[in-house]
Amino acid sequence: MIDRFVIPLVKIAIVLNATLVAVTYMVLLERKVIAWAQSRLGPMRVGPYGILQPVADAVKLMIKEDITPVRADKWVFTAAPIISMVPALIVYAVIPFGPTVTMFGHPVPLYITDINVGLLYVVSVASVGVYGIILAGWASNSKYPLLASLRASAQLISYEVAVTLTLVSVIMMAGTLSMVGIVNAQYNQHIWYVFAQPVAFVLVLIGGLAETNRAPFDLPEAEQELTGGFHTEYSGMRFALFFLAEYANMIVVSSVVTTLFLGGWLPPFPNTAVFHVLYYIPSWMWFFLKSFAFLYLFIWIRATLPRYRYDQLMRLGWKVLIPLAIVNLVITGLVKVVLL
Amino acid sequence: MGQAIAFYTLAAFILGFAIMVVSTRNTVHSVLFLVLNFLFVAALYVLLGADFLAVIQVLVYAGGIVVLYLFVVMLVNLKRAPEAHEDPHRRTTLGFGLGVAVLLELGVIGAYTSTQVPAPVAANAAMPMAGNTEQVGWLLYTSYLIPFEIASMLLLVAMIGAIVLAKREL
Amino acid sequence: MITPTHYMLLSAALFMIGVIGVMVRRNIIIIFMSIELILNAVNINLVAFSAQLHHQIGQVFAIFVIAVAAAEAAVGLGIILSFYRNKETVNIDEMNLMRW
Repeated sequence: MIDRFVIPLVKIAIVLNATLVAVTYMVLLERKVIAWAQSRLGPMRVGPYGILQPVADAVKLMIKEDITPVRADKWVFTAAPIISMVPALIVYAVIPFGPTVTMFGHPVPLYITDINVGLLYVVSVASVGVYGIILAGWASNSKYPLLASLRASAQLISYEVAVTLTLVSVIMMAGTLSMVGIVNAQYNQHIWYVFAQPVAFVLVLIGGLAETNRAPFDLPEAEQELTGGFHTEYSGMRFALFFLAEYANMIVVSSVVTTLFLGGWLPPFPNTAVFHVLYYIPSWMWFFLKSFAFLYLFIWIRATLPRYRYDQLMRLGWKVLIPLAIVNLVITGLVKVVLL
Repeated sequence: MGQAIAFYTLAAFILGFAIMVVSTRNTVHSVLFLVLNFLFVAALYVLLGADFLAVIQVLVYAGGIVVLYLFVVMLVNLKRAPEAHEDPHRRTTLGFGLGVAVLLELGVIGAYTSTQVPAPVAANAAMPMAGNTEQVGWLLYTSYLIPFEIASMLLLVAMIGAIVLAKREL
Repeated sequence: MITPTHYMLLSAALFMIGVIGVMVRRNIIIIFMSIELILNAVNINLVAFSAQLHHQIGQVFAIFVIAVAAAEAAVGLGIILSFYRNKETVNIDEMNLMRW
């Protein structure tokens, strides 16, 4: 009873709440880091060093007026933010934060579930997220959101092909689709896949930036051309949902990249006797450290790089990333056949 | 018991959304109901233990094919609804008539066979794999390799065909 | 106890809804979606029998069906788009250029 229902429910509650808190603080972190990059201070008023800024933001967004445009499609307009938020959250069902540990006499795996098709589940759930964007643009019945949503969905679909093709080479290395299985494969092969598959790592990183609509690929919300992107007509809590979904997607990408390429909960040089001292740091700490490094990298890139042009973005996706992914896949297969 | 509840719930949603797909006036809403229908069919596959197929259903159907439909619906910006046009040669009643006939047939089948439980046949192929994904992959790349290659050729041809058809000038 | 009969009935009902959609609606996009429903009905049958027989062949066939459906959707929607570009309609009754 406890093992089948209570523990999973508690884990789901913890993961959901932790994600939402992390997402709100992600916003603060981004503002702070970009401010530092530009020699500013960032938010300083609410709480010491602006630590309570997310709370103030949440209160502001909740008490704002919730406007639905007159000519909008009411049902779809309401559903779109929810559709874009839900996929970002349910991906956490398969992300392993750590191995199975013993807590109060119960063996507790530090992941919600480990399914046979874990990585494919992540990819397919992410592919459903595109509906939120398309429908938001269409239902607003306004030209800038529609343009932005067409851009965003074309970008998402293009880069999804490249990322999925690249992930196949990781699956080949690990020989399994299960997220826990992939981490265990890195443990058994004594190597993080970032060193075994450097090309794949870079491709997934670029694709991840593009799929989360982050700079330098943030064309769907290019303020200068499109006012505010596909959520121009949204206000209040519905706008907040889009905003949270974007940051939740960033956290998803960094967790997935950590799991696939940086050994998830494993310390550097996994399963080697010399570095056994690294195991004294708890497994989940390693996971969060590595994910945090990725989130910082995302913000750093945004503060550094200018935006791509739309034709450059499409050329990069179709003419560079996809051929590279295919070549990487073929080489991985050949090496695996020759060496094993 | 739990399986029965899950089955009936999923079946109700699948049929309900299917009816909405064919009966809704607004084409975009129709596409959305199609997505929901596919998601519930994927859940049905999970119930049947076909995990890999369920994920493929979501990935290919919900995340790929239906997005294509949605794009086309948005590009085809209709000034007048197709249903407004009346054609006397149209056999709408024939459609409903066929539907009623199939419904009757279904009723007869249901009445006669729902009490009998067919014995599960353990046609167990000696597969060196455990796990749904591994078994499906094993079959695809051994016994069904040639159909698999033909399917990939079909997809390639369809891709080129779609580009040739939809592009204004080559 | 859920037997394959239940799944067959569900699949037949879904098939029927798809057929009615094809026969009754005039918007060719809706007709295409009804065809997708029909293909899904077939897949449900295949997977139900695959589970009953404890053999994955049914799922392999379902994967082929999905591949064919993807090809069909791509080419079909391409035809719809180029037709719409010429005639500004998606009504199947007005698509009678080849009729003699």
